[in-house]
Amino acid sequence: MVVNKNKSSKPVIEIKEMHKWFGNFHVLKNISLGVNQGERIVICGPSGSGKSTLIRCINRLEVHQQGDIIVNNVELTGDLKNLEAIRSDVGMVFQSFNLFPHLTVLENCTLAPIWVKKLPKKEAEELAMELLTRVKIPEQALKYPGQLSGGQQQRVAIARSLCMQPKIMLFDEPTSALDPEMIKEVLDTMIELAETGMTMLVVTHEMGFAKKVADSVIFMDEGEIIEQNDPKNFFNNPKNDRTKLFLSQILNH
Amino acid sequence: MSEKTYKPGNYPDLPPPPGTVGVYGWIRQNLFSSISNSLLTIISVVLLYYLIDGIIGWFFLDAVFDADSKIACRKIDDGACWAVITRRVGQFVYGFYPEAERWRIDITFLTMFVAFAPLLYPDIPKRKWLLYFSLFYPFFAFVLIMGGYFGLQKIEYSLFGGFMLTVILGVCGIVCSLPLGILLALGRQSNLTVVRTLSVCFIEFMRGVPLITLLFVASSMLNYFLPPGTNFSILVRVIIMFTFFSAAYIAEVIRGGIQAIPKGQYEAADALGMNYWQKTRFITLPQALKISIPGIVNTFIGLYKDTTLVVVIGLLDPLGIGRAALADTKWNGLSTETYLFVALFFFVSCFAMSRYSLWLENKLNTDKK
Repeated sequence: MVVNKNKSSKPVIEIKEMHKWFGNFHVLKNISLGVNQGERIVICGPSGSGKSTLIRCINRLEVHQQGDIIVNNVELTGDLKNLEAIRSDVGMVFQSFNLFPHLTVLENCTLAPIWVKKLPKKEAEELAMELLTRVKIPEQALKYPGQLSGGQQQRVAIARSLCMQPKIMLFDEPTSALDPEMIKEVLDTMIELAETGMTMLVVTHEMGFAKKVADSVIFMDEGEIIEQNDPKNFFNNPKNDRTKLFLSQILNH
Repeated sequence: MSEKTYKPGNYPDLPPPPGTVGVYGWIRQNLFSSISNSLLTIISVVLLYYLIDGIIGWFFLDAVFDADSKIACRKIDDGACWAVITRRVGQFVYGFYPEAERWRIDITFLTMFVAFAPLLYPDIPKRKWLLYFSLFYPFFAFVLIMGGYFGLQKIEYSLFGGFMLTVILGVCGIVCSLPLGILLALGRQSNLTVVRTLSVCFIEFMRGVPLITLLFVASSMLNYFLPPGTNFSILVRVIIMFTFFSAAYIAEVIRGGIQAIPKGQYEAADALGMNYWQKTRFITLPQALKISIPGIVNTFIGLYKDTTLVVVIGLLDPLGIGRAALADTKWNGLSTETYLFVALFFFVSCFAMSRYSLWLENKLNTDKK
């Protein structure tokens, strides 16, 4: 278990009675959630339960229709200025990596810092090399994403997000597209990141990771937050029947 | 063959069976894999021998390269009569551009390669300096070809013709239609209704009208639509039409490229806080253009060959010059030689474009390095 010394009671994300629809489909129902600085939250649930949509709402890759989302004291609205400010503070790692295939690993990492944060090229490259060293692939810096393994690509994606020096990191099923032997290297990187005190929201089915790192585990089903608890109680004494069913399905196979 | 046994985990990498790799293997697999295949190979070789023998004979061995007329040619030998070309090569290349001023075209043509080099080959040394020249080149070329400045004799458009006309129309059309096509493709994908509607209308109109109609419009009607007092020369009007026409096609090719980019690319760029123009410049266009290279070059080649259509509005492109040559009683009936020569010119230009596009595709292929 990674002890969290960085957790504070300062909220960095506040979601209040938020609803979202895809057409007529009510995908997120009355979501309220507060995340404090340094807090690590794991979100799990069956597929189609809205967990990915929830974290994609936090950097407005998906637009919510009702309720409030406040990130770093800025409310998410259609205002582009606010949005770009929030997005450069919130990093995101995707299931399918989404690296830019026409750019080298290093260019992937420096593109946004140079153009969005206006960092001088040299500084951006130094920062990128530092972060690539942290995810243990500095020697791949001049290769293209297509030449790397899935696990390496996902670690580059993590480094790319970190290059923007975000305050919050969102992970959308970061290990679901990986071969089993590569899952560990990505989870290890995420655990190291957690140790630095990063605020993290992680959608994952890796319950071992949840037990080790999470301050709080959320179970979602059919667009609702069904249960939220600390990992010990969540796994040992789930209260809701649906949580019990879900845990029995993913833990006993 | 006896199978040797190895301990598990110690099996060595063995060479492939003999006769399956290398030149011998290739010949065996592709030319003599069965009796019928071997027969076909032998028959083809014999046929090719006679065909090539005849072609080389007509083109070179029995051909006449200089004579006063077709009849004089036939008296010398019975192969091709290239005299129709060699006697009129100046016209084929320069049209009716005054002979004393043709050096200006030569210089413009040669420096064109210097101007294009840094655009086509990103790794060229001293690229930055060459790019300045590329920027300056259109003015340089305009002044040199048209004259009227710096004591250069002014040359009328109506004297332009031949391959020089083809290259001017083709290069101007290609250079102008690529940026316009990119803008139209972006416009068509835009969230702004006005921009999108205008782009769609422009593209659909240009694609829906035959090029030859547009050329007639250029030659007769375009001045009605322009503000009074403007009077473009026919050459500029034709270039505008070629540009618009191929820009519409290029826009659609690039739109295909844009739509082939996975949604995740935009989401990743969004998540990094990039704005529309940053996304377009660094994420969308590099990937979309790379995907669209074959389609774009296809359109360019089409445009280049379509420049021969200007003959219908009275401009003397190589085909026009050729027809003029054939109308001469001395050369009457040498259409095979004339059209083959023009075809060769177009083939060389288009083949070069095609090879360049292949090279570029390979260079930009970052997956297999």
